[in-house]
Amino acid sequence: MLVTDSDRLQADVVAIVDRHHRDRSALLTILEEIQHCQRAVTPFAQQVVADLLHLSPSQVASVVSFYGFLETQPRGRVVIRLCRTISCQMQGTQRIARQLENDFGIRFGETTPDGAVSLGWAHCLGMCDRGPAMLVDDHLYTEVTPEQVHTIVADARRAAGLPIH
Amino acid sequence: MDTAIRDVHEGDLTFSTQPAEAGLELALEQQPGAIIDLVDQSGLKGCGGAGFPTARKWRLAAEQAADRRYVVCNADESEPGAFKDRVILERYPDLVLDGMTIAAWAIGATSGVIYLRGEYAFLRPALDDCIARRRSTGTLGLDVLGRDGFDFDVIIHLGAGAYVCGEESALLESLEGRRGHPRNRPPYPVRSGLHGKPTVVNNVETLAWVPCIISNGAGWFRSLGTAQSPGLKLFSISGDVDRPGVYELPMGTTIAALLDRVGGAGAKAVQVGGAAGICVPAEQFDRALTFEDVTASGAVIVFGPDRDMLQVAENFLEFFVAESCGQCTPCRIGNQRLLEGIRDIRRGQCSTDRLSGLLDLCETMRATSKCGLGQTSPNAFQSIIAAFPGDVVGRSAKSLTWVQEVRS
Ligand SMILES: Cc1cc2nc3c(=O)[nH]c(=O)nc-3n(C[C@H](O)[C@H](O)[C@H](O)COP(=O)(O)O)c2cc1C
Ligand code: SF4
Ligand code: FES
Repeated sequence: MLVTDSDRLQADVVAIVDRHHRDRSALLTILEEIQHCQRAVTPFAQQVVADLLHLSPSQVASVVSFYGFLETQPRGRVVIRLCRTISCQMQGTQRIARQLENDFGIRFGETTPDGAVSLGWAHCLGMCDRGPAMLVDDHLYTEVTPEQVHTIVADARRAAGLPIH
Repeated sequence: MDTAIRDVHEGDLTFSTQPAEAGLELALEQQPGAIIDLVDQSGLKGCGGAGFPTARKWRLAAEQAADRRYVVCNADESEPGAFKDRVILERYPDLVLDGMTIAAWAIGATSGVIYLRGEYAFLRPALDDCIARRRSTGTLGLDVLGRDGFDFDVIIHLGAGAYVCGEESALLESLEGRRGHPRNRPPYPVRSGLHGKPTVVNNVETLAWVPCIISNGAGWFRSLGTAQSPGLKLFSISGDVDRPGVYELPMGTTIAALLDRVGGAGAKAVQVGGAAGICVPAEQFDRALTFEDVTASGAVIVFGPDRDMLQVAENFLEFFVAESCGQCTPCRIGNQRLLEGIRDIRRGQCSTDRLSGLLDLCETMRATSKCGLGQTSPNAFQSIIAAFPGDVVGRSAKSLTWVQEVRS
């Protein structure tokens, strides 16, 4: 039997919602898990969740839109978030930002054309004594130097199973 | 010898000398009411910003009739410049769980939740291990440490990138799976919290102090610090200093003494309490870090002589504009107006009338915003303008630009 993409995505969502006993109060956790496994909570996934929890799609959408970590469309396979808050800025965030943009040929807020890497900003990551700090997916890097940018990103690409240039 | 101020990197924080589970074992030998009295005598106040007496919070939750009560550990630490809770969770997770379990014993709670900010997801595996180990040794689960009928377990809930979820009622909304919108208060969480049940929400550090107080005695904590702000407190120090990091200080330490310890000679200002806190210029470095004066969450950012304080204010306002939950107008629109204002001031394009209008707006925001975010977000703007009028009035666009801007 042919399993379509949307069947598979739906099955994943159903499994996640079931794991949380179709409990409405677990909505945020459910959405986080969907984000983790599908790299986004698409309108389609939102609809499936809404049906299973007997909510309106707008109730689910209102939660998705509130939380910075939940996306409605997949971003890059590797998501980089550089801290833009003051203590890191005083330690040279801007140089890291420029190096990231140069290395990927994109600006902050964009994703590389091959869908591999997204660049974005974060607010204070709680590493202010060791800035500049940045998150590459769930991994925190501190005291980042412009020279390190390339290695850090190569590691992340390798971990994500992407070719390293 | 300066024993009063210790650097976390030197390993002699109080937390590093407190054995895991020791405070919990002692606490369970006493009646819940006696534990609340002991915490009361110590004078412990909340370390998450508001400084509310911990024992009073616990007593209110304990006295509220209910079939179920909760203990929530606020590990959402998102205040710009704050990182002490991250260090505690990394190095002393057992003390936090001891504190949660003691709080549960004191108020009669059966469930606990650690609300961990999403950016700290990397701490989760170690915390999960710690919880699992405690379940297997009987310090969590059914009949904790053999106390018949005292059941208590803890789960971790991961946040998803929203500063306002650190506000306790927004945190509870988020735990219930909704947008993190602060609730109207009263009722306070101690009366109607998670799922409508009495809930104690305490900061990571507050909870970690509890077993230390039980082990060392209320008198020990009370004898440190000042009359109104007893005890010790952790401070997150960053910015233009030689030795940034987490420091343990007695409450009442002056800013000057702190700067001396961390290598902050020549500073022109410090921001105390993170973005929501206030900016203290060098002339006032004799001010003391106490709940009555200038301390909140313990985040201290130090600025050297060449820093443009208006750029600092702009950075903070960009943060508040992004993080306002948007529920109420003074905060949602007010922060945008302040941000536009500070940008115009930096360009040398702000009239005196406009400036006084912005300062009036700060008062309106403080008075009419629904939660602490909107009530405190004007602090930095107001205190920086007040401390550095020379940077504001008659400013030319090119004065004092110390670092290239981050683009939005
Ligand atoms: C916008 C906002 C963010 C907050 N963020 C935190 C936080 O990250 N961690 C925290 O412990 N308290 C935070 N608080 C304070 C909490 O609302 C609450 O007072 C605190 O968790 C109570 O614990 P405590 O009494 O032990 O300090 C925040 C408050 C506001 C208004
Ligand atoms: S003050 Fe700001 S963050 Fe707080 S409820 Fe109002 S809009 Fe939301
Ligand atoms: S300012 Fe960047 S981690 Fe805190």
